Amino acid sequence: MTRPWLPWARSAARPGPAPAGQPPAGPARPLLEVRDLTVHHGQLRALTEVSLTVHPGEVYAIIGANGAGKSTLLRTLAGLHAPTSGTVVFDGADVTGLRPDRRVAAGIAMVPEGRRLFGSLTVEENLLVGAAYARPGPWSPERVYELFGWMRERRGQRAALLSGGEQQAVAIGRALVANPRLLLLDELSLGLAPAVVRRIYGMLPDLLAAGLTVLLVEQDVSQALRVATHVHCLLEGRTTLRGAPGELTAAAIEDAYFGLARANGQGTRGGPR
Amino acid sequence: MSWVNAVIQGILLGGLYALFACGLSLMFGVMNVINLAHGDLAVVAAYLALGVITITHVPAQWSFLIVVPVFAALGYAVQRTLIQASLNRGVLTTLLVTFGLSVVIENALLQFLSANTHSIPVSAALVSASFTIGSGITIAYLDLVIFGAAVIVLLGLQYFLSSSKYGRLIRAVADDREAAQITGASHRHVFGIAAAIAFGTVALAGIAFGTYSQFDPTIGTDQLLLFAFEAVVIGGLGSLWGTLIGGVLLGVAQQIGATIGTNDQVLAGQLFFLAVLVLRPQGVMGSRGTA
Amino acid sequence: MSEVGQAPPAHPAGALAGPRVTRSRRSPLWAGTVAAATAAAVVVLAILPYLAYQNVTNLLDEVFYLMVMASMWNLLAGYAGLVSVGQQAFIGLGAYAVIIPALHGANAFAALPLSVVVAAAAGVIAWWLVSRLRTGYFAITTWVIATVCELVISRYQSLGGGTGVLLPLPTSISPTLLGAYIYWIALFVLIAGIATVYLILRSRTGLALTALRDDETAAHSVGARVGRTQRMVFVVAAGGCGAAGAVYMLTQAQFLQPSSAFSVEWSAKIIFITIIGGIGSIEGPILGTIVYVALEQALASYGTWYFIILGLVAMGVALWAPRGLWGLIADRFGIRLFPVGYHVWLPGEDGRARRRR
Repeated sequence: MTRPWLPWARSAARPGPAPAGQPPAGPARPLLEVRDLTVHHGQLRALTEVSLTVHPGEVYAIIGANGAGKSTLLRTLAGLHAPTSGTVVFDGADVTGLRPDRRVAAGIAMVPEGRRLFGSLTVEENLLVGAAYARPGPWSPERVYELFGWMRERRGQRAALLSGGEQQAVAIGRALVANPRLLLLDELSLGLAPAVVRRIYGMLPDLLAAGLTVLLVEQDVSQALRVATHVHCLLEGRTTLRGAPGELTAAAIEDAYFGLARANGQGTRGGPR
Repeated sequence: MSWVNAVIQGILLGGLYALFACGLSLMFGVMNVINLAHGDLAVVAAYLALGVITITHVPAQWSFLIVVPVFAALGYAVQRTLIQASLNRGVLTTLLVTFGLSVVIENALLQFLSANTHSIPVSAALVSASFTIGSGITIAYLDLVIFGAAVIVLLGLQYFLSSSKYGRLIRAVADDREAAQITGASHRHVFGIAAAIAFGTVALAGIAFGTYSQFDPTIGTDQLLLFAFEAVVIGGLGSLWGTLIGGVLLGVAQQIGATIGTNDQVLAGQLFFLAVLVLRPQGVMGSRGTA
Repeated sequence: MSEVGQAPPAHPAGALAGPRVTRSRRSPLWAGTVAAATAAAVVVLAILPYLAYQNVTNLLDEVFYLMVMASMWNLLAGYAGLVSVGQQAFIGLGAYAVIIPALHGANAFAALPLSVVVAAAAGVIAWWLVSRLRTGYFAITTWVIATVCELVISRYQSLGGGTGVLLPLPTSISPTLLGAYIYWIALFVLIAGIATVYLILRSRTGLALTALRDDETAAHSVGARVGRTQRMVFVVAAGGCGAAGAVYMLTQAQFLQPSSAFSVEWSAKIIFITIIGGIGSIEGPILGTIVYVALEQALASYGTWYFIILGLVAMGVALWAPRGLWGLIADRFGIRLFPVGYHVWLPGEDGRARRRR
């Protein structure tokens, strides 16, 4: 097993990313494998034996109603929450017990729900903090300024004073400068105007072209379907649907989302990987 | 004229109080820890400085070069072990553990060193030298040096927090610990750095206090901790300048009290603190909602 | 063992099973045993002056007033979530509340209720100062208030200034009888104090307090009157410490000094006692005081070492055995002396009911 987050292993070769935006053709090694993940909040079971696989270059969307466990899943993948059972394997290495900061070093970066910028720091300082423990790679605050044209002039402004959409951009930038391989996006659309949301999601192709893989959580199902290469629906902590958007009917998604079908895997056309 | 004198003495004293307070404020702002052993640490530093002077015959005013780094390292170690363990169990536990630490330190000092008062001997010339302004205002050089040192340290700390990588990290962790974790910062390490700074500054403050006044094992809990805390509250959390202003205001309040009645110095400071707590709990420089 | 006899409440067949709540009741045998033992203990303690020498009753005086103080602090910190490092303010005020009338010719014993009243009144004022403060700020401010009390009292030469004052006691009573009177008062304060704590925790306020103990935000959200409850507890604890302080003064060869009446050492003692004995249970402070005084007697000659060791032990207990000695005993043997809990019966995943305290 490789341990890519150890300093001396950083220059080791890694498999290249799949072409942007499409599920990879051949059996490329999965970037992220989650097996039978069960997570509790105290006594409450938030996730029950959730499994998923993400290949390099994919946009993997997790959808579901409020309380379905989507954010819990992402937070567990980021290392903020310890699972009760199950494993998380990233790039061939078991990261289940790894602390959040070590996961960043391994190549997982999260844009958390609600942005969670450092309010008293400026835009630039937020990016610098993100870059403080960055892996080697193409992303830097400079490149983030190029990605978001408006940011360069405003980089001396305190983060708390920005609008929601601007904060979201800075939060994404902060995660990008760590040069992750897997970007976790938690509820990007929350609290933002639809036009802003569309603009932000419109950036995804650029990120994918740069070699990133994206795992996102989204309440807005149609938005998720528009950008995702794979969709995974959760209901009350369990997987109810999995597949590529093209293969799933609207009815099947609706059933899975609201739980009317009430059975695991009903309506799934894409098979197990 | 004695009022003006009191104010000036108070301002100079305030620098020292601010130096005491900044460590307490830092630990509270970054990791939500009120270190009840803060005052006792200053006393230990003063004793350590005495020991260093006695053994190495270093001139007293340079003893801090040895003691402060030692204390900074000690702060990092204590934070990563004892205080982190307490934090993992909750705020209540942390308070109780630092309280226990305070009692242990104080009694250990009483046990191994005597209860006698000591003082750090700076050159006699420095202690007694003073200059006079106008009529009736005397300023001792030592007080001025201490005030100057305090301001320089605070400036340095301010620069560190605003412009350095670890300064940014400290501010980030103080803002949102979880967000800092997911951007790759080890918050325990950052806590350690903050504690190292806190211990270092309080050591310096303790040594300065030792040159300026007598100290004994109990003065840490009896006075220094409370003065540091009062300065933090009066000035308000969240800015080092607030801490300086808090220290100065406390010093002035105390000196005015001393002018009214020789035994009323400490009481005047306490009453002023309580008044600020009631009338403006966020402190002079704090914004609403940080109390 | 002591909780035996609590069968899960029966669910009507097929009905949706939700949690059921029953009040904690001990099995009649156990309850009877404990009640009888307590009564016997009280009787023995009451007649002790006739049985034992004065040094025994004097020692028990210290046990009694420390037990009251620790129980009060436990109520504050272990239940209401208020960590006070300033109870010595009320201890000292209680002591001075008795001395001042006595210096003016009143009977010291008759002035005892005054100590409770004065301390409780001071508690109301202090609460107004500290009620909105967060944990650490709260703790240090209570400490500051205590030092303010000390400094203010020291200014009055009529009270002896900084050096202290001697309490005039009726000279017509023999010292032995005087000692016995003081002992009975101490015993009375102890019983009243513990009974008060027990009654508070057994009442609805007690339920609110236990909720507070577990999670303050959650307690708010289910409507527990957090602010009022905390204030009530704070004032009661102040009054209790005042009474204990008066008892202390009576035992101190009647000589009182501000620096000892208001010393932070009081807080050190009662905090260590409660931590080691067990925060969050009535039995904890009781056990802790017994352990503390026993150790104090055994290690009397070691002076400051005693506090060093005590402090280290308390820190260790706080970190690794947070419910203290009593917590360890209760968990190991499943016993509880004072029934102040509730049982929640949850339907288990497999249909069996589970019990949670």
